[in-house]
Amino acid sequence: MTTDYVFRVGGEGGEGVISTGEMLTLALARAGFQIYTFRTYPAEIKGGHANYQVRASDKLLLSQGHWLDVLLAFNEEAYQKHIQDVRRNGGVLIYDTDSYQPPILEGVIYYGVPLTSLATEKIGIKLTKNIVSLGVLAHLFDIPLKVFEDLLKERFGRKGEVVVQKNIDALHVGAEYAKQIPRQDRIQLGSGSRGAKHLVLSGNESLALGAIASGCRLYAGYPITPATDIMEFLARELPKIGGFVVQTEDEISAIGVVLGSSYAGKKAMTATSGPGFSLMTEMIGLAVVAEIPSVIVDVQRVGPSTGMPTKTEQGDLYLAVYGGHGNCPRIVMALTSVEDCFYGIMRAFNLSEQFQMPVVVLSDQYLGHRKATVPVPDLNQVPVIDRRKPQAEELAGFRRYRFTPDNISPMSIPGMEGGGYVAEGLEHDEVGYPAASDHENHLRSTQKRYGKFGQIHQIANDLVRLYGNPHPEIGIIGWGSSEGVIREAVEIAQSKGYSVGALHPKILYPQPIAKLKEFIEGTKAVIIPEVNFTGQFATLLRKRFAYDFIQLNKCIGLPFTPQEIVDKIEEVAAHVHSSRRSHPAAV
Amino acid sequence: MAQVKEYIGKVKPDWCPGCGDFGVLNALQRALADLDIAPHNVLVVSGIGCSSNLPGFINAYGFHGLHGRSLPVASGAKLGNHGLTVIATGGDGDGYGIGVGHFIHTCRRNIDMTYIVMDNQIYGLTTGQASPTTEKDIRTKSTPEGTIELALNPIALALTAGATYVARGFSGENLHLAQLMRGAIEHKGFALVDVFSPCVTYNKHNTYPWFRERVYKLEEERHDPSDFRLAMEKAYEWGARIPIGLFYKVERPTYEDEDSVLRGGIPLAKQPLERTDLAAVMEDFI
Repeated sequence: MTTDYVFRVGGEGGEGVISTGEMLTLALARAGFQIYTFRTYPAEIKGGHANYQVRASDKLLLSQGHWLDVLLAFNEEAYQKHIQDVRRNGGVLIYDTDSYQPPILEGVIYYGVPLTSLATEKIGIKLTKNIVSLGVLAHLFDIPLKVFEDLLKERFGRKGEVVVQKNIDALHVGAEYAKQIPRQDRIQLGSGSRGAKHLVLSGNESLALGAIASGCRLYAGYPITPATDIMEFLARELPKIGGFVVQTEDEISAIGVVLGSSYAGKKAMTATSGPGFSLMTEMIGLAVVAEIPSVIVDVQRVGPSTGMPTKTEQGDLYLAVYGGHGNCPRIVMALTSVEDCFYGIMRAFNLSEQFQMPVVVLSDQYLGHRKATVPVPDLNQVPVIDRRKPQAEELAGFRRYRFTPDNISPMSIPGMEGGGYVAEGLEHDEVGYPAASDHENHLRSTQKRYGKFGQIHQIANDLVRLYGNPHPEIGIIGWGSSEGVIREAVEIAQSKGYSVGALHPKILYPQPIAKLKEFIEGTKAVIIPEVNFTGQFATLLRKRFAYDFIQLNKCIGLPFTPQEIVDKIEEVAAHVHSSRRSHPAAV
Repeated sequence: MAQVKEYIGKVKPDWCPGCGDFGVLNALQRALADLDIAPHNVLVVSGIGCSSNLPGFINAYGFHGLHGRSLPVASGAKLGNHGLTVIATGGDGDGYGIGVGHFIHTCRRNIDMTYIVMDNQIYGLTTGQASPTTEKDIRTKSTPEGTIELALNPIALALTAGATYVARGFSGENLHLAQLMRGAIEHKGFALVDVFSPCVTYNKHNTYPWFRERVYKLEEERHDPSDFRLAMEKAYEWGARIPIGLFYKVERPTYEDEDSVLRGGIPLAKQPLERTDLAAVMEDFI
């Protein structure tokens, strides 16, 4: 039987809930399990309710899971918020008996531990109740104590021997106490079977690492939740390999610095979230018309306006695809998993360099802030591409925006003799001279810029992932961070006998038309699940396909669970089999 | 020494006859020639406005971007290749209106580059509305009863924000202006050269004769440009006499000097694009 458990820790924000979850996560990863975390946290810095969820398994994890096997609730609020998610056939609640006494629910196993008094009486520090709770978990579920001890040494080593020892003592106090708990559950971890070396990375960290691998050496950004940790990661790591971070006065400046650096010959990147991305749209237009390779990451959060800064949504797709005035072609990609954040951002850099245009990369809070075990990245998987530079003979009478068969012109770099030109925001001719009154040239130049899409369609087709039945009765087209959840739902639905398959594009604009067409043909229904209100990807697809897509929209600031997708598959299947009528799209 | 003509671009300026910006362009070309900086190592970045068309008229690399956003692009280019001579140009609306946030923070950041503002105290390209430096009570197309706001003081603002070379020139004093620009380009750090560059079409108040009657050179009055308080005092002198010249100059480590990677390092753009060894970074995540 495979190991597959979901743990959740809940309590007052700022009291160590997150660090408890993080240590549990690292311990499980080092014990040899695949892990998949899920974080929601309050927008407040101190106080409010915080929780941290980690799923651990022997097999590749595709989603955060649905039912909780273990809930560690430090206070009554955490109990009330999460008890309905605990499995009713043997799920465990661990609670602090010093804090509250929960009512007994059928099918849930209750382990009360006086966490606060153990911490205050045996250790003398109330805050160590978190560590006491980890000792309890370690003993109950057979997670090696040694792994926790090592983690505590690493985490508190800088604070001195005394602090480390206090925490190790707290761990043992918890483990000792747990010995006298009469066991009723069957949850057992031990050591996992994962062999090869893995990293534990969040989506944002994986993305930042991928940017470094792409040759990005300059990051410009402005702090914004939930993208800030990309800047923090790079501020720490880039100097180790000869790069650096500039914190700018706003997001307009951040993307300005990126364009300036790229123009001057060095790959650069910025990352932001919706509000900052809105500010950047004018510069995206400039990058389009001046044909400057650039990578802009949007770690989406709930909008509009300030919205819900710490919650997830897939609501910026329209802005990513259409933001800006005029005819403004850019590439829009969506990252799908923690591992894909690494390779995806490398592809984004490559596309921007190859086609000399901005690439918008969509992530979201759910993906950016969750951690997962990922294999050590294979740098040979994605090559590092540089832009097309002028040959010596092209520098005589250099034409920066020369019309070419593939619509890609040679791009000189300042310092190159004979390569001088003006990167121009005005409509310009092939040389780069302003051509604001040349009507024919405007059409020809617009055709050139859109003409790059021909090749990009092909790349988009190659980057499509298919799961389940490739010619299903019921198809699912998703995007971005929902990939794993959809894949897991497809597996569940297939095991129940449904003819179902999923297509997941990585490039959302321009779209992988051929692959989408092939997939849609032959289906009886296609569901498009999106974490937004109106179905932004469905709307884009309706422009290209005369097909009555069924939308599944979730708009509460939380990602899908596999069960929600399975429920929709079953509902649609029942309808498909009872009638040949197609479904009206619910908005 | 290079010849001025080497810096003359192929495109003829489209400014109105008599526009102050001609003098600014000439002075910049002269300063670059005096300094003998090869055209392909010069980058001129601008925003939008009459004066922002300047990069097209000079033989160098250029970037004609967005209204108010020349400084972020110029900063990025300098940080991406700090071997380049980077000069940002634009007007008062571009730099002191829509782009004033970037202006303040670029002063503070002290990246080694030069910012030349052709200040004509009017929006010229949009045919004559009040700008941030339009004097109070002046009637323009957007202020038929006279401007209500006080004029912004770019010299005082630059001083307050931490610019390390703060000068003002007059388009009608070309050699003096070229000297100020040369000093600005040579200066290690962020240098502002605000230039009275009269708009002969839409500003009938701040005209060449108006300036000629008032301007005097700080250098001729033994101004001490190392004295911050004095520079501030001079920044507020506006009336019968208006100072031009170098208000303030101080040596302060530049952003490039302070950054551990850029300090003494070869420019990022000159580093080969090769496979990165991620081992040092990854060890934190195992």
